[in-house]
Amino acid sequence: MDKLVSASDALSVIKDGMTIGIGGWGPRRKPMALVRELLRTDVKDLTVIAYGGADVGLLCAAGKVRKVIFAFVSLDFMPLEPAFRKAREAGDIEVMEIDEGMMLLGLRAAAWGCPFIPTRIGLGTDLLSHAPDIALVESPYDEKEWVAMPALKPDVALLHVTAADRRGVCEIASPDHYMDDWFARAADHTIVSTDNIVDTDHYANPDVARRVYWERNCTQAVVHMPGGAHPSSNDPLYGFDVAHYKKYGELIADGGYQAWAEAFLGASENDYQSAVGGLDAIQALPKPVY
Amino acid sequence: MSYSLAELMVCAASRVFDRDGEVLATGIGLLPRLAASLAMRTTNPDMMMTDSQSFVLSSPNPVSGLASHEGQANENWMGFARIFDNVWSGARHALVGPSQIDRFGQTNISALGGTYQQPKVQLLGMRGFPGNSISHANSFFVPQHSTRVFVAGECDVVCSIGYNPERLPRGYRLEDIDIRSVITNLCVMDFLGDNHQMRVVSLHPGVSLDEVRDNTGFDVAVVDGLAETSAPTAEQLELIAELDPGNARAKQIKGNPPGRREAVEESA
Repeated sequence: MDKLVSASDALSVIKDGMTIGIGGWGPRRKPMALVRELLRTDVKDLTVIAYGGADVGLLCAAGKVRKVIFAFVSLDFMPLEPAFRKAREAGDIEVMEIDEGMMLLGLRAAAWGCPFIPTRIGLGTDLLSHAPDIALVESPYDEKEWVAMPALKPDVALLHVTAADRRGVCEIASPDHYMDDWFARAADHTIVSTDNIVDTDHYANPDVARRVYWERNCTQAVVHMPGGAHPSSNDPLYGFDVAHYKKYGELIADGGYQAWAEAFLGASENDYQSAVGGLDAIQALPKPVY
Repeated sequence: MSYSLAELMVCAASRVFDRDGEVLATGIGLLPRLAASLAMRTTNPDMMMTDSQSFVLSSPNPVSGLASHEGQANENWMGFARIFDNVWSGARHALVGPSQIDRFGQTNISALGGTYQQPKVQLLGMRGFPGNSISHANSFFVPQHSTRVFVAGECDVVCSIGYNPERLPRGYRLEDIDIRSVITNLCVMDFLGDNHQMRVVSLHPGVSLDEVRDNTGFDVAVVDGLAETSAPTAEQLELIAELDPGNARAKQIKGNPPGRREAVEESA
């Protein structure tokens, strides 16, 4: 089965009102080229589930988001994501604010076909006061109350990886694959963008095969997008673009989404990459050090 | 021997891990991370720390001047999903810097003011605070002790469970909550007053109890035999310099003041 398609063909499955799960973490290994392609469509009223960075910020700023399910939206070195902050302070979006680990539990519940997973997380906090959809349950085994973290089921997941073959076998060579495997398992339909397209025999090396965190039947579409994580990192291939994030923050603060879109979005990923200095410049970004 | 306020706070904060043994210590922010690293090199060599990314290290990385993660003392892979396995086991102690802390030891890093639908200031989001606070030990690091941080009422958004009887979940006791220490630019505190009241344990050199009280939005208890916060030892200062060769600690507290004030100032 050949799953290699263009970004626009891959994203044609996304309809108004869908729930989209986005992989990566803050400024790290975000499927930004897919997000940009989504920004070029008319899709709206999305619910977004993410360990958020500029992916969430841009979708909110562009008016495509009805609701964000999040534990944080941050660029790490810029602790407060500028576009998300602006959208929240304008009262523009509905939120379901949960704990980082709870998001993992919600994705696992969806992946396993469970309505919820019991947890202590959230007890005694405003997480429960502000998320009326999250119920408390009794345990058949003790006298405590438990939080029933509901399944978080994306209609579509968007992920970015190091390498993939045309059949959807995906390698993440970064130090951490974050929760991408659970997004892939939880979603009905998973679209993966990749820096490299490889032949299947790439995976014959057991060290490489160990960097495959979900099976190919969890991946429905593969999009070849070299540099596609920019401005987030795709360690070990390239780091995140600090200068670009700062510029993005300035544009959002001064002129909002339109200012950023006019400066960078373009009609295609080629336009975008030209506007940010080209693929070679992206691939030369130094690896992050913490 | 001269030392900075940042160094004094790092040494005081390192002591929160003394009795922890083999727990994963997580210091969020440069000074808390430096404090945890110092603890691992001095009072608690059994401690575990990560590279702030995805490996547990047998010896902590420097907090500044690191050119690459190549060659660091990896001990085991520890991606973020696996961090949660450890968090929920309880074998962790986090040292974090909340934006607000209330008299119950509840904290806020989510949002300030306005309404929940439209906050005046959006902060980070709750991150891991709800899960951390009900799962394992937590201590707090406050670079600017003020009534803006130590708020009079409850936090605007309660992100972590504290010693609030009104919010205690069914089947839990207040003793199930484990908030250890609070290190600020003025003093060291704990929650071992009557009914888990926040309590001043030591004052930094030249700081008065009135100054602490004036900058805290609620009543604090005071330990019997209130002491001065211990000055850093020569060994601690050497290790701090080794763990922070770029002297990033000098940029963390406004003006990088000395640890020992020239004279006791009148309280405002």
